[in-house]
Amino acid sequence: MLSLDGLVAICVVYVVALFGIAFLAEKKATEGSARWLNSPFVYTLSLSIYTTAWTFYGAVGSAARSGLEFMTIYLGPTLVFIGWFWLLRKMVRIGRAQRITSIADMISSRYGKSGALAALVTVLAVIGTTPYVALQLQSVTLSFSVFADPGEFAALGTDTTAVWVAGGLALFTIIFGTRSLDVNERHPGLVSAIALEAIVKLAALLAVGVFVVWGVAEGPEDILARIDESPISEWTSNGARWVGLTTLSAAAILCLPRMFQVLVVENANEGHLATASWAFPLYLLLMSLFVLPIAVVGLQVLPEGANPDLYVLTLPLAFDQDMLALLVFLGGFSSATSMVIVAALALSTMLSNHIIVPIWLWVTKGEDPMSGDMRRVALMARRLSIIGVLFLGLIYYRSSGGSAALASIGLIAFLGVSQVLPALLGGIFWRGATRAGALAGIAAGFAIWAWVLLMPNAATSGLMQGTLEHGPFGIGWLRPSTPLGIRGADPLLTAMVLSLGINTFLFTFVSLITFPSPMERLQGAQFVNVFDHSAPTPGWQGGAAAADDLLIMAQRILGTGRAGRLFQQAAAAQGRAASLPDPNPDFLKMLERELAGSVGAATAHAMVYQITGGATVSVRDLLAVADETAQMMEYSSQLERQSSELTRTAARLREANQKLTELAEQKDTFLSQISHELRTPMTSIRAFSELLMQGEGLEDETRQKFSRIIHTESMRLTRLLDDLLDLSVLEHGRVTLNESPVTLAEVLDKAEAATGVMESGGRIRIVRDRETEQIDLLTDGDRLAQVFINLISNAQKYCDAEEPELRIRVQRQPGRVDVEFSDNGSGIPTRQQSLIFEKFTRLETTRDAQGAGLGLAISREIMQRLGGRLSYVPGQGGAAFRVRLPGRALRAA
Amino acid sequence: MGRRVLLVEDEINIFEAISFLLSRDGWEVSGHGNGATALDEIARLDPDVLVLDVMLPGRSGLDILRDLRKQPETSDLPVLMLTAKGQSKDRDLALALGANAYLTKPFSNSEMVETLNRVATGGQKAGT
Repeated sequence: MLSLDGLVAICVVYVVALFGIAFLAEKKATEGSARWLNSPFVYTLSLSIYTTAWTFYGAVGSAARSGLEFMTIYLGPTLVFIGWFWLLRKMVRIGRAQRITSIADMISSRYGKSGALAALVTVLAVIGTTPYVALQLQSVTLSFSVFADPGEFAALGTDTTAVWVAGGLALFTIIFGTRSLDVNERHPGLVSAIALEAIVKLAALLAVGVFVVWGVAEGPEDILARIDESPISEWTSNGARWVGLTTLSAAAILCLPRMFQVLVVENANEGHLATASWAFPLYLLLMSLFVLPIAVVGLQVLPEGANPDLYVLTLPLAFDQDMLALLVFLGGFSSATSMVIVAALALSTMLSNHIIVPIWLWVTKGEDPMSGDMRRVALMARRLSIIGVLFLGLIYYRSSGGSAALASIGLIAFLGVSQVLPALLGGIFWRGATRAGALAGIAAGFAIWAWVLLMPNAATSGLMQGTLEHGPFGIGWLRPSTPLGIRGADPLLTAMVLSLGINTFLFTFVSLITFPSPMERLQGAQFVNVFDHSAPTPGWQGGAAAADDLLIMAQRILGTGRAGRLFQQAAAAQGRAASLPDPNPDFLKMLERELAGSVGAATAHAMVYQITGGATVSVRDLLAVADETAQMMEYSSQLERQSSELTRTAARLREANQKLTELAEQKDTFLSQISHELRTPMTSIRAFSELLMQGEGLEDETRQKFSRIIHTESMRLTRLLDDLLDLSVLEHGRVTLNESPVTLAEVLDKAEAATGVMESGGRIRIVRDRETEQIDLLTDGDRLAQVFINLISNAQKYCDAEEPELRIRVQRQPGRVDVEFSDNGSGIPTRQQSLIFEKFTRLETTRDAQGAGLGLAISREIMQRLGGRLSYVPGQGGAAFRVRLPGRALRAA
Repeated sequence: MGRRVLLVEDEINIFEAISFLLSRDGWEVSGHGNGATALDEIARLDPDVLVLDVMLPGRSGLDILRDLRKQPETSDLPVLMLTAKGQSKDRDLALALGANAYLTKPFSNSEMVETLNRVATGGQKAGT
């Protein structure tokens, strides 16, 4: 036995030694010169925080109580490391690629950076880890109570001891876990200290084992014989429990926040996993090698009623091996402290990142997260979280009274954190997994676990007792002891099957019926296909490697010359002989500024920090990058728009040009036609007038004939000019319509009179039905008459029947009136029907038509002005035209 | 040398005028008013000189001229083209197709008679 003071002194010296190692490692790491830090064995040893004080002391206790069952706790991780190496590799790759800082971050990142999910996992991790921390406090306190002078210890009391231990651990964690926020969340100092502790605990257990086998017993054969004699050999293994516990511990090594911290976050090189995949199982094997001998000898040698959880410590003490006992004590102390430190660190990262800082940002309304002030807040949040986690553990320890067997608390904690497993594995392998599914599964599993397993173990106060015993509201099947009315089954297994089963079902089912958001889809692809688009992490050479990578990146962006000069200047300014500067914050800030000129501030920030791993690229950073990208895209789409506008303008110009060319051609044609129309009558006029002027020898009759021709041709010229003017006015819309009330019959009468058909009795007979013509109109009667005149005179000119006849039919339709002019001639050949409304078109069948071919063109223009239309009606035998008057020309009778 | 002229012209008054002029000058004048049947009429009458209007119903005078020059019997028939389209490119086209002379309407009576006589006597190609 040692005095309590002595024991405390030894602990303090040990802890100071750990501090020393940690400081040294941090210093070497920043200098980039500690090769051993980059060793896969340090990584492997750091994984040993899996074996906590629970395993250190509790494995022997478990063996004494339940035989070989303790092996399951080692078997699960061994299977994972050997058989599921690829899964670990994928997790590590994702962790590095996505800059994952914790298990909560991993889950939330996968499911679209969901804040709610991160907070849920954080809460679950805290609740799941608290019993575990309590367990470590309990084991350290117990070992104190066993080791130290009973009198002195009683004076101090277990509670006070636990408080001191918790305080000390909090301090250590704060110092090495939150020295700065230089967070890729890697802590080389801490990891080295933990590696050392791993060696101490293994050495202690092996030493006790050797002592028991060769010191107490007489070698391996004797031990085997003793095992055969002991009650342990009579334990029959429960198959279901074996499978269950192995599965549970396999799940735990993937899901425990502290394991995630060392396995993924602190991993510096993916290649280390290859070593760990055999070295870690070997470590576990060595840790378990002497568990059974120690348990058997303890059962035989130590008095009945001695706590089997402490055999490791009490056996050497019973044989007065104080130094060995001290080593064991330090081993147990190491197990407890390393676990608590890493757990507190991991939890503080989660609490601060996913709960405290988001709340802070919400309260302070979005301060710049990279500002100095924000960094102070984050650091403070971490420190407070560490204290909070240890405080929670302390409370749990005090409330559960340290009574429960260590192993059972450990298993409860295992199952708690394992609720993350479906969402974790689903997220890595199944792109269809959704946030809603993850939330539903984790929440349900967590609730079942808390109710069925955690509450009955934690709640000792009378307050909850009634509810727990009788079920909430007296509903029996909700009683935690008999969930769903299941009785007599192993409570742990029942809880495991229920919680993980419902968890997995809900996760799958809800994932299937919900759709992932775009962010989730993006992240899902990044996670599931991580090997497709990420390179394995290079060995972490500290600052040098980072500076190298930074230089390469800077060269790509700034150009080789400029980047080289920049780095050399910076190195010179830092007083370094080498051409590469130390990538300290000042240099990074300067580099960021330089890069920002080329790629934008947010992108520069993200790029620099991707390489230095200085910080996870936050959603805010990404959004800033996206903003910049959006601006660039907008700019380029503006250019694109402008260029397509230019293309369109060019096309329009070409079109306009073509139209102008066409118009010019039309004008030429028109002029040439007008020229022809004018020159033709002029020719006759000139010829005959010259004949008349020469005068001699012409008979009077001839003279008169010539004069008449001159007169006719002059009239023709005048008509032509009138028509041209008329058409021009109509076409340019400058025509004034004199609308007045008329009847259709009046207009037709007028037209008939003007064409002279009525007086002469005429060449053509007009057939009308006056009854139908009594329609009141409000229109320009003169213009309408002009159209009718044209149609009638056309019939006069062109109808080639023996007894020409023009039939005028009026048809009143709803909303319009149709007036049809059809003659009994041979009509207009089909191929000319489309041309007759064009200017200067005359039927080829006639030889001496006097018009200029403008009549129908003018008539059609007039009808358009009047709101109606003029069309040719084919297939009527003779030529048939339809004049359609619009509804608005109809006067209400 | 014959004095028979065929006048292909659809404007009845212009036909009257030219017919009067040429008759007085001693020509035997025939007339035809349709482009489509003009070639047949030319073949049938076999005139010594042809006066051909460009704008004819049924077929353009230029097309008729092109066909005339392709046929061996009429390839050297003297042709005087008349047109009311006053553009030089029409005249160029007519001369290129083998018209012997070209007159733009309206023309003076003496011009008409002189040109026709020159064309009929195989004088140089000319026109105004």
